[in-house]
Amino acid sequence: MTKQQANWSPYDNNGGSCVAIAGADYCVIAADTRMSTGYNILTREYSKICKLADKCVMASSGFQADVKALQKQLAARHLIYQHQHNKQMSCPAMAQLLSNTLYYKRFFPYYSFNVLGGLDNEGKGCVFTYDAVGSYEKVGYSSQGYGSTLIMPFLDNQLKSPSPLLLPVQDAVTPLVEAEAVDLVKTVFASASERDIYTGDKLEIVVVNAAGIRREYMELRKD
Amino acid sequence: MQFMASKQPENSLLGPESDSQRTLYPYVTGTSVVALKYKDGILMAADMGGSYGSTLRYKSVERMKPIGKHSLLGASGEISDFQEILHYLDELILYDNMWDDGNSLGPKEVHNYLTRVMYNRRNKFNPLWNSLVLGGVKNGQKYLGTVSMIGVNFEDNHVATGFGNHLARPILRQEWHENLSFEDGVRLLEKCMRVLLYRDRSAINKLQIAKITEEGSTISQPYSLKTYWEFSAFANPAQGAVGS
Repeated sequence: MTKQQANWSPYDNNGGSCVAIAGADYCVIAADTRMSTGYNILTREYSKICKLADKCVMASSGFQADVKALQKQLAARHLIYQHQHNKQMSCPAMAQLLSNTLYYKRFFPYYSFNVLGGLDNEGKGCVFTYDAVGSYEKVGYSSQGYGSTLIMPFLDNQLKSPSPLLLPVQDAVTPLVEAEAVDLVKTVFASASERDIYTGDKLEIVVVNAAGIRREYMELRKD
Repeated sequence: MQFMASKQPENSLLGPESDSQRTLYPYVTGTSVVALKYKDGILMAADMGGSYGSTLRYKSVERMKPIGKHSLLGASGEISDFQEILHYLDELILYDNMWDDGNSLGPKEVHNYLTRVMYNRRNKFNPLWNSLVLGGVKNGQKYLGTVSMIGVNFEDNHVATGFGNHLARPILRQEWHENLSFEDGVRLLEKCMRVLLYRDRSAINKLQIAKITEEGSTISQPYSLKTYWEFSAFANPAQGAVGS
């Protein structure tokens, strides 16, 4: 008698797309609010964006239960850091913590595809992009999730960022101003919603700049 | 270093015996639960069937239970796992009451606890094979959430489990609105349950509707829905079918 195999999977993909764009003195982080499973929509109003620190915001798509657990882990670790160092974690520090937290579960991964955005210690925008097991890179902009294949090429074309292939290595932040970047994000999600079934319903945009954190919403296609 | 008896825990990583302790598939199951927010609180409906595969083994299973003062829990999936969850919640509410501090766990807290329990069991590859619906009212705030067997959770104005996601949610998306009256809410739930009765083969025509408001919760006596089977399409379903 052959060994019984499990007929359930511990993973599911709850869909969605996220984007982050770094500018000279701001960072835009955006994600849609649709949560799905298979061909069903579970809810149209689920936020994928989580504020980890004063100047550090994370957007994650993938398996929602793992994303929630990951967010809780990072929030708890940040609280301990604040108690021990009497200050907020900087964005680059949180970026390293996220990478380590993801790799810790290398052999039963958090099925979570993350983009981390915020301001570094000099007030300049920074974006970090991850895979599910913690491999990360500081970039000028990134997208993750089902819609990323549609979104990334659009951003490559429109953001006018210096090519990452140039030598000497140039800073990848976009020369666009905040309003232009926010507008681009709206356009990008509207386009992704047209062709990606998992992206739509509503767009949540978070902007981090010297003044603090601001939130904005935009309706997307509901089909 | 203390000397302790070295008995291997049953759920260790070693050996095939430990696998017999893990849930592989459900045995006695309940079908959909549907719930919505209305003016005064939450309305929830579930039928009373407990299926053993394709056999309708139990016909008086209460799949909705009040939890503490402010919450109502509905479950679909493995009935024995639901009973285990009720046992965990009994202990949770007991400890909450024993503080005797005038405070009590609200629906949001209970939902959070259940999410953690379900997720942790999934992490150990031994899930509680349920989809849960948790609704309640505390301090005028209405709350309705759901959590699946692998820990996926969210809250919304209306939720459903299992077949209810396919058949009831679309009806609710079309017809739900803020501040439904009690009668309208019940009518909407019954509409959903009737569709499920017609189309879900594990549904039975014996259901309960539960209500929870700031004042407390009530679960109705079991009753059945009126059904109509005289549609001409039902009378001769193969008429006009190709190749029949």
